[in-house]
Amino acid sequence: MSGTTKTAAPVPPAPVNLAKPEMKRTREGFGHGLVDLGERRKDVVVLVGDLTGSTNVNLFAERFPDRFVEVGIAEQNMMCIAAGLAATGKIPFLATYGAFASCRSADQMRVTVAYTDLPVKIGGAHGGISVGPDGATHQAMEEIAIVRSIPNMKMVVPCDYWETRKATVALADDPHPNYIRFGREPVPVVTGPDTLFTLGKANVVREGSDLAIIACGVMVYEALVAAEELSDRGIQARVLNVHTLKPLDRDQVARAARECGAIVTAEEHQIHGGLGGAIAEAVVQSYPVPIEFVAVHDRFGRSGKQDELMAAFGIKAPDVVRAAERVLARKRAR
Amino acid sequence: MPRLQMTVEALRERALFVRRDIIALLAKAQSGHSGGPLSSADFGTALFFHEMNVNPSRLDDPGRDLWHFSIGHVTPVIYSLMGERGYFPLADLLGFRQLNGHLQGHPSKHDTPGIEVSSGSLGQGLSVACGMALGSRMDGASRRVYCVMGDGEQQEGQIWEAAMFAAHYKLDNLCGIVDYNRKQIDGDVETVMGIAPLASKWRAFNWHVIEVNGHDIAGILQAFDEARATSGRPSVILAHTVMGRGVSFMEDDYKWHGVPPNRDQAEQALKEMGTSLADWTARLESWTRPEVAPGLRAAS
Repeated sequence: MSGTTKTAAPVPPAPVNLAKPEMKRTREGFGHGLVDLGERRKDVVVLVGDLTGSTNVNLFAERFPDRFVEVGIAEQNMMCIAAGLAATGKIPFLATYGAFASCRSADQMRVTVAYTDLPVKIGGAHGGISVGPDGATHQAMEEIAIVRSIPNMKMVVPCDYWETRKATVALADDPHPNYIRFGREPVPVVTGPDTLFTLGKANVVREGSDLAIIACGVMVYEALVAAEELSDRGIQARVLNVHTLKPLDRDQVARAARECGAIVTAEEHQIHGGLGGAIAEAVVQSYPVPIEFVAVHDRFGRSGKQDELMAAFGIKAPDVVRAAERVLARKRAR
Repeated sequence: MPRLQMTVEALRERALFVRRDIIALLAKAQSGHSGGPLSSADFGTALFFHEMNVNPSRLDDPGRDLWHFSIGHVTPVIYSLMGERGYFPLADLLGFRQLNGHLQGHPSKHDTPGIEVSSGSLGQGLSVACGMALGSRMDGASRRVYCVMGDGEQQEGQIWEAAMFAAHYKLDNLCGIVDYNRKQIDGDVETVMGIAPLASKWRAFNWHVIEVNGHDIAGILQAFDEARATSGRPSVILAHTVMGRGVSFMEDDYKWHGVPPNRDQAEQALKEMGTSLADWTARLESWTRPEVAPGLRAAS
């Protein structure tokens, strides 16, 4: 990974071996972030819907049992209980699978949490197709579209363990509702404990100006791998980690469009309404350039292994490379 | 004077004021719900003018009790109670549902100071109240939490998720009130989707159940006392009421659930309540201070 020139949020170069990266679970970052918070502030409480271990909130529950609330299998109830806790001055974090947090309790999130603008923090675990064998029902792939369409909500999709841990801590300081998405399986660590995380500020994680690859979540790693391969062919891709989908860092995105002239977006999410949609909205309003989307193309997931699924659904590094080739052809044809 | 503890006689008079307010604001807006607000006016008045510790001049008073109307559509009674209790000038009621007013069709925290949590999508409020009750207990606060629900709303599954939660965590600082007027938009509750036997359902969920005539103020005060004295489990008051109570042509008719009276109907309703639309509207317009307006007898 190269340096950090010209970014609003400079990223100290982290030694990442793209060929053999350290692997770590983002959900563990969420769990450790909650423990960091529990130590720092007394008003943080955690709710869970019978998924204590799989969302890693067990780490908080063991340390702060008096501030831990088991709600049982009742996500709609949990969303509104969190709102009630927030109304008494608590900072509630709730944890369940993203498929349920974003869809099953969407009305509760919209009316009770977001319309009231309460500081409820929604932890969506098992995001994306990388959940693996559980299949379509448990693979949350509509979260970005749903959450970013609701007023007052913020949406964060961290790229690795460290970023998830830091984002979790940062979200507690935001006096509004927000949603953080993290995954099940271990994913490559591409940031370090000292990498700056600022809510709403995208990080340039690799410099380049032939095209920009804008990614979030685990796709940041895939984007870096793709950029490395493109570099071998003499194409320098900028890689932008848009960990905050809303509010979007429109300045950084417009700069990427202006300075690179072509964009590939990469996300582990449906193609409609996700990162690609958000970037396209911003780009057409600032500096229109060709964009190609690496995403799940309007279909449900299925059972399989993490890597197999990502390849089968067209969201691995080679897919990013192919999208880069397409977008560069369009750039040249202009 | 956070807890007013008005007498039964003063509460009856205030409930009459609230009903007049409801008709006057609906007549002005020509939009909104009539039936439920009128059926919940008596226990609502008992809540705001006797039972609850609220402090409209200091909305974030840490000692205040918390109240939440899960039935957000009964804003005519909510706003009338708030106006009468001094949360905002009574004159504001005439801006109900207007673009530049602060009184939205359904309760909105950021439009109407004093609303703790916005509501309007049925079935969510008891869960909110559970969170309020649990948060209060975590803080060691002595406050009580009151949640008003509808009877049709009992058809929402989330009510029973919340009922399970409150009993599991023994939230005895929580008091639910069901406006049991037996009507909903599509007709009789038992015809649309039966909820009976409702008391048995709540008992089966380990709640302390109190049944009361929801128009008998003395009985309602006793029910609040009984809920307050109940420890180890939450209480629910099933307030048996009549939709449209207080207006002859609205009583017990489901068609008045979601519509306002036209001018002539409002005039007739207010005549039955011993005033006129012009006189009562003038009273509202003249009260531009956010404080408890004096009663006719109670103030003297």
